Amino acid sequence: MSAETIEKSVAVKPAEPLLSKRRRKLITDPLIDDNPVTVQVLGICSSLAVTTQMQPTLVMAISVIFVVALSNFAISLMRNTIPARVRIIVQLAVVATLVTIVSEILKAFAYDMYKELSVFIGLIITNCIVMGRLEAFAMGNKPYDSMLDGFGSALGYSWIILTVAFFRELWGSGAVFGIPVFQYVSSLFGPDFKLATNGLMVTPVGAFIILGLIVWVQRTKTGYVEH
Amino acid sequence: MQQSNTYIIVYSAVLTIILGLLLSGSAQVLGPWQQEAIALDKKKQILGAVISAEEIAAMSPEDVNAFYSSRISSTVVDITGKEVTTEGVSAEKVEIAKDYKKAAEERAYPIFIYHAEGKPDQVESYIFPMYGAGLWDAIWGYLALDTDLNTIKGITLAHAAETPGLGARITEAKVQGRYVNKKIFDESGSLVTVMMQKGENKDYSSDPHKVDGMSGATITGNGVNNMLKAYMGCYEAYIKAKSAPKVVAVL
Repeated sequence: MSAETIEKSVAVKPAEPLLSKRRRKLITDPLIDDNPVTVQVLGICSSLAVTTQMQPTLVMAISVIFVVALSNFAISLMRNTIPARVRIIVQLAVVATLVTIVSEILKAFAYDMYKELSVFIGLIITNCIVMGRLEAFAMGNKPYDSMLDGFGSALGYSWIILTVAFFRELWGSGAVFGIPVFQYVSSLFGPDFKLATNGLMVTPVGAFIILGLIVWVQRTKTGYVEH
Repeated sequence: MQQSNTYIIVYSAVLTIILGLLLSGSAQVLGPWQQEAIALDKKKQILGAVISAEEIAAMSPEDVNAFYSSRISSTVVDITGKEVTTEGVSAEKVEIAKDYKKAAEERAYPIFIYHAEGKPDQVESYIFPMYGAGLWDAIWGYLALDTDLNTIKGITLAHAAETPGLGARITEAKVQGRYVNKKIFDESGSLVTVMMQKGENKDYSSDPHKVDGMSGATITGNGVNNMLKAYMGCYEAYIKAKSAPKVVAVL
């Protein structure tokens, strides 16, 4: 290919807008149609473990978004230099560094959250969504696209765990974000009326049930069938 | 793409150095905030033995510091119950986790005294730190005794890595509340402390030395029992010395 044709093709092709249709799709696809949790069935362990209450779940979601988006970005930047034979180790090292930084930040500014979540934050390293996106996307795409892809996937994960946490906290503890909703609602119906909570929702079994229901509803709507 | 071994080795080394710098840099920068957070958390745990978790949760960090400095005084004793007056020794600075590894005779034992506001003589309870082993990693806590140095006023328990939902439940107010009003000495005055039992949802309200257990977390429960027994044994001399004059007075 001569230098002339390269110049020509660059001149013809206009710069892609920052949020072009293709790029928007990178973010929106993992929300429903290609959701990492409900369709790809990745990251199930942490969605069961952290979702008893909204607040830790939100912190977990933000941490995962941070780690997945930035690790996708970093790995994509390095993708042409990473030696093929040690690429998984390189990916792990980058992810582990980011996770450790998240955990250090939590330790400094949200110590109570750090105590509650420390184990699970550390386990983001092994969250299949992270490695999955690195291998499937970041190793072969440009940094900005990879970051959007990671952001989208993590967002897909986040809304699922937040939904699960919402129902688990509401039915299990009668609260949302620690606000005792059941207590208020009960008091509206007189002093003898009391909404009962379900202890099952506090256990991981409750997460399985809610997650199963979400998968059911979603697959009925999208018509997705596993082959 | 197949790279040479030299490339791979150099690449790994450089990557390791860069990531290492990033990590140590972030630890350095965040260090002061982390130290502050840890110190505050320790104060919260100490106060947690005497006031309820909701009250502490409602306080801002400044409130906690102010409350702590106006209501808590401290002292350090050795295993014979004698006060350690060496220069530079203060209860807040004693690291129980480090001392835990020493022989019981060589440790310093801090005691936190919860007193009426601004009146260090009007003691309301004595708070004793403890440290021990759970199922996976360390557990620790603070036991508050009433002025009779026998009745438990409250306990806070914390852990490094107990199983969430099982052993980690020792941090719950519901589990810690089971210890309130139990007694650590039996009628003859010998130290029996309080033992968490196997199984859950049994009634131990008539027995001052037993509390209901945590289903699925018997080993963590045993860890708590051993910790209580070991550390109360170490504090026994101090407790006996402190409560002795009162016994004479009653006689």
